[in-house]
Amino acid sequence: MAEIQQQADSGGGGKKRAKKMSTKIDMTPMVDLAFLLLTFFMLTSTFSKPTVMELNMPVKPKNEQEQTELKASDAFTVLLGADNKLYYYDGLLDNNVKPDIKSSDYSADGIRKILFDRKQRNPNVVVMIKPDDNSSYKNMVDILDEMNITGQKKYALMDISKNDQDLIKGSGL
Amino acid sequence: MPKVKPHRTSPSLDMTPMVDLAFLLVTFFMLTSKFAPQEDVVVDTPASISEIRLPESHVMVISIDKDKRVFFGLDDAKVKEDLLTSVGAKYSVGFTAEQAKKFTGLASFGVPVQQLPSLLTLSTEERQKASQPGIPIDSVNNQLIEWVTAAQRAEYKAFGKPAYIAIRGDGSADVPTVKRVIKILQDKDINRFNLITDLEGKPVAGN
Repeated sequence: MAEIQQQADSGGGGKKRAKKMSTKIDMTPMVDLAFLLLTFFMLTSTFSKPTVMELNMPVKPKNEQEQTELKASDAFTVLLGADNKLYYYDGLLDNNVKPDIKSSDYSADGIRKILFDRKQRNPNVVVMIKPDDNSSYKNMVDILDEMNITGQKKYALMDISKNDQDLIKGSGL
Repeated sequence: MPKVKPHRTSPSLDMTPMVDLAFLLVTFFMLTSKFAPQEDVVVDTPASISEIRLPESHVMVISIDKDKRVFFGLDDAKVKEDLLTSVGAKYSVGFTAEQAKKFTGLASFGVPVQQLPSLLTLSTEERQKASQPGIPIDSVNNQLIEWVTAAQRAEYKAFGKPAYIAIRGDGSADVPTVKRVIKILQDKDINRFNLITDLEGKPVAGN
């Protein structure tokens, strides 16, 4: 420890005694600093790694015949619009079938509830996510996140079609 | 009867072993923690509930900021010189040894390869002020795919496995740019993507 034994006066110079000074060093501030640094490095090194979300896109099909047709009863489409708007409809959009489009939002009571309900009715449901060009990347991540939250295994990220855009416009939502 | 004297103990305790340990740990964490190099692009990633952490090494990051600019970054300094010469050769852009050395220290960049030599001559402060237009991703001049394929080749040569591809998009980035980047990578048969996100608390299931 930082203590030095005081040497006894070797006599000689009369009764003059060196002033006794404590050589003990107060280590408290140093310890404070050391632990502060320790905490800092411990916290930054574990929390600095960002998290990642996995996104698997389908492998390009070699020929068109191999693709299986999706049944309309299994289809569920989510459209991401501009200004954080969200629309969804059941079934497939066809030239002669106009599905009933509804709007929702990204909150817990919004699309999450709908996805849960839809999944309960039909566990084989395939969700098609179609982000509009005016939607933001955050919307896309949010909806992919909802897929993870609701445990939806089958989903696909697709391009929005002209018909879908017309459907949003025509619905007036 | 003599007074019983309480045994006087010094109230100061010997902190030396504790200090030793504390400094040992400080040194350990200081040496093991890797500081992220200064990024030239500000990207505010959206949050998700995913808890998968980004791997420590061999990560290729494609950043997309809110102004639709695309940046490319690779963390393996060893292969970066190789990468620079192979992409430079393709576009017949030469780099000096000093520029190549600077490139290895660069976290990410977002300029066409033709402008890269002039970017690499700038100092760090100057570079941060310089406006980087982003790497061209249009079909006529698609330099991003060159960087990605050259980096994967260099990674294969050096480590025997491809790098982990991560996309770091800003929350307000637009979807067409992100989709374009995904499509470019899909053309090269890369179908697994990792979107970098912030951690967010998991909601309680069933509500």
